[in-house]
Amino acid sequence: MTTPAAAARTQSQGDASPAPAADGTGRPLSRARAGARRVLASRRAAAGLALLGLLALLAVAGPFVSPWRWDDTDLTAFRAPPSSEHWFGTTQSGRDVFALSVRGLRRSLAIGLCVAVLSTGLAAAVGTVAGFAGGWTGRCLMWGVDVLLVLPSFLVVAVLSPLLGGRWPLLVPLLAAFLWMVTARVVRAMTVSLREREYVLAARFLGVGAPRVIVRHILPHLASLLVVDASLNVSVAIVTESGLSYFGFGVRPPDVSLGTIIADGRGTATTHPWLFGFAAALLVLVVLAVNLLGDGLRDVLDPTSSGPAPRTGGRVRRRARPGNARAHEYGTGPA
Amino acid sequence: MNVLEVRGLNVTYAPDVRAVRGVGFDVAPGEVLGIVGESGSGKSAVALATLGLLPPGARVRGSVRLRGRELLGRPDAELSRVRGRDLAMVFQDPLSALTPVHTVGDQIAETIRVHAGATRAAARARAAELLELVGIPDAPRRARAYPHEFSGGMRQRVMIAMAIANDPVAIVADEPTTSLDVTIQAQVLDVLRTAKEATGAAIVLITHDLGVVAGFADRVMVMYAGRAVESGPVDEVYRRPRMPYTIGLLQSLPRIDGTARGARRIEGAPPDATEPAAGCPFAPRCPVSVPDCADAEPEPALTGPSGHLVACVNTVATADPARVFPAPDRLPVPARPPREERRVVLEVNELVRHHPLYRGTLIKRRVGTVHAVDGIGFDVREGESLGLVGESGCGKTSALMEILRLARPQGGRVSVFGKDTSDLSKGRRKALRRDIQVVFQDPFTSLDPRMRVADILAEPLVTHGVPPERTRERVEKLLELVGLDPAHACRYPHGLSGGQRQRVGIARALALEPRLLLLDEPVAALDVSVQAGVIDLLEELRARLGLAYLFVAHDLAVVRRIADRVAVMYHGRIVEIGSAPEVYGSPAHPYTRALLDAVPLPDPGRERHRRRVPLQGDPPDPASPPRGCRFRPRCPRYASFPDDASRSPCDAQDPVSRPLSGAVRRDQSVACHYPLLPGEGVR
Repeated sequence: MTTPAAAARTQSQGDASPAPAADGTGRPLSRARAGARRVLASRRAAAGLALLGLLALLAVAGPFVSPWRWDDTDLTAFRAPPSSEHWFGTTQSGRDVFALSVRGLRRSLAIGLCVAVLSTGLAAAVGTVAGFAGGWTGRCLMWGVDVLLVLPSFLVVAVLSPLLGGRWPLLVPLLAAFLWMVTARVVRAMTVSLREREYVLAARFLGVGAPRVIVRHILPHLASLLVVDASLNVSVAIVTESGLSYFGFGVRPPDVSLGTIIADGRGTATTHPWLFGFAAALLVLVVLAVNLLGDGLRDVLDPTSSGPAPRTGGRVRRRARPGNARAHEYGTGPA
Repeated sequence: MNVLEVRGLNVTYAPDVRAVRGVGFDVAPGEVLGIVGESGSGKSAVALATLGLLPPGARVRGSVRLRGRELLGRPDAELSRVRGRDLAMVFQDPLSALTPVHTVGDQIAETIRVHAGATRAAARARAAELLELVGIPDAPRRARAYPHEFSGGMRQRVMIAMAIANDPVAIVADEPTTSLDVTIQAQVLDVLRTAKEATGAAIVLITHDLGVVAGFADRVMVMYAGRAVESGPVDEVYRRPRMPYTIGLLQSLPRIDGTARGARRIEGAPPDATEPAAGCPFAPRCPVSVPDCADAEPEPALTGPSGHLVACVNTVATADPARVFPAPDRLPVPARPPREERRVVLEVNELVRHHPLYRGTLIKRRVGTVHAVDGIGFDVREGESLGLVGESGCGKTSALMEILRLARPQGGRVSVFGKDTSDLSKGRRKALRRDIQVVFQDPFTSLDPRMRVADILAEPLVTHGVPPERTRERVEKLLELVGLDPAHACRYPHGLSGGQRQRVGIARALALEPRLLLLDEPVAALDVSVQAGVIDLLEELRARLGLAYLFVAHDLAVVRRIADRVAVMYHGRIVEIGSAPEVYGSPAHPYTRALLDAVPLPDPGRERHRRRVPLQGDPPDPASPPRGCRFRPRCPRYASFPDDASRSPCDAQDPVSRPLSGAVRRDQSVACHYPLLPGEGVR
């Protein structure tokens, strides 16, 4: 009960006076702005966001600061250790490892983010529709989910990837197609329970159509789950793609991803660590950033701690509230 | 000699929620002290502090003495030897208070063995004896059953049996009947009475229900904002309350004996427990507050005979309780043509709603049918309010939901404003939704927590194509209509109190200017002082907007206050329907009478001398209706018949509803083979 948000909350419970403005400007914040504030107020989310931003900056700006292009070969330096000329060293064919890593990071980030958005979106769409509609629609959709679940995804992707002909964007839907099923089941189960909530019933009895009820009343309550799921999917997609590339099924040469770099450098990891280490470190950083962001967002979106906005910084956290204060919230209106 | 003495009790929850501030009381052997208060008044904290069961973060000061021995500050291990032996407790929720994996007999035997050191066999035998004492039929066999095999009322009996197992000197019962139906509540209170007589224990009964206290307690203590604001003998406090809060509570309570029209109400909301008290905490809501009230918090002072303590500065003004709260100005009820000439807005005929019961996970097979609604019929006319009452599980909410679906029912017919719902097109159904709206029971779950009040109220308008520029204006009008400030539009539901939320729920239902409102227990989740305000609002809206209500409630007193007509439901059927004064005044169905008998009156004198026949048994299993009359197994009239010949119609035939005739029963129908005569059902 000491965070400013909580204090503002308790203050506004009893009295019937106008709401104390959350930011002192006379008007409470809109939902989006309040959300943005809360994200920044959460240290983990902010750290994850900052790290992810830096990595994206590196992926975009890297080629402009490096004297070498990713497909250049320096015939004077084979397997050269890091130096002022080749910051991360060179490969056995004389390619600059920094340029390669930046290029690989760009691919991996693009694939990871796209796959995450696609698979989580698919899970949300299928899960909510199946849960909300129920009946045969729901059952058929869930059968589809179950069928996909029992397919050995790695093998299917491995078999299909040669057909892509090295066009990496086609890898995105392929990876996404095998990531969404478990989430869809969870989303469906949550939707089934949300469907019976009184405010959802109220909306339906008001004549609000099913798509609108799903978008306005069901999805916002799944937001924390979906955000966490998406953040996990980013890392899973990057790691899966790296894994596929490692076995030669993902991004095809001459193009590179973090996975292919790691795969190429694996044999010489002990003797020429720069061939392997920098790409691996970038991969770890990406996954870490995304997980931090997802964790932080989950805290922020937790419905049990959803206040309008904290007035100052400081982590928003859920506090165990004494039973009495909870009881106080009940039935205390102006009568 | 008092067995339990509490002095200067202070409970503070971390970091600065002062739940209880300087409360003291004594209880003598065989005496019942009722502690009443609304949620947040600190009454449960008093119970927990007395039992030494406060959560670790709480700080307690003061003194709690049981037979002269101080309990506060003793280590938990030592307290555990006292709790369950000398000091017993009965909690609100008997399901979570019993261990689900042991039989109830073993659980009672365990208390005996732990404290009295009896042998296993002796403890078992004693457990069966105790179960018999609390009225569990076939006790030795039922002792081997698990808690989930008992109904709520039976579980509470088991809890009481466990509480009295070691002949305690004091029993603390925290809201022991709150989650139970009125009929079961009456049974459990009887059991508690038996328990008191069997052990001679002192009982501290904590409740929000002034009626329960009136009939059961010897002395009463009223709590407000963590303080005991008034205490004394029950008769004295109920007849001559001196603290304005007590007066307001007693006068705002809906009553089944029809003295409702002059009901008063307390404005405002209780103060925040985190803010330090300056002056009397009730002063902001008090109609007779004087400048002195703000100076210091008044200490309880002796103001009447036999220890009537009142914490109030202005006891002069409260000498006549009837003049403390101004009589509310009510809108005169508009003159309406007689019922027969008014339009029928909702007509329900033989409505059926059955839920199939399945068993098995892989291959589901149907094992039965829940007869939630089994052929009910009624009509609601313009400007009228019909109350649908019954015990939990009788199908009243199912009926409401079935009507709201506006789709073809499983059986029977629903017609809204003359339109049959079974052959509506999608567009017509949506259009019809403008005219029929719903208010839900729990204002904490019926509003989307992630939407602001303005968005919640705008949703129906947007859905039905009201242009955005008019929406804003309409939202403000709606807030004003339900007595809220336009500034509330920017708030989220969690920033509102319970009463305010329910007002938002009502405003949302009114957004499209419906002509029929279906209300599902609209005040059941609210405190008494807040309830009165919402009921007044509903009354006022009905008069001003000419609404018709279909009102589902389990609280007969609330229904008496709002309803013109009442339908009593039992086991998916309507057993009695008629105008409210007639049904309440001369109930014709034995079930109606039993329900009315079970409602406690907030009047100690009358409550103690009421002749009542408590309804036996539990609400029926909706999956297996008995043959013949469905009420037969619990019917006191059926049980009183001397011979099989007069019982045979009840055994063989399900009674159909037929209208009664007579001078006082012009609008009353009953489904009973032997309806009660006028006067026979009067208490």
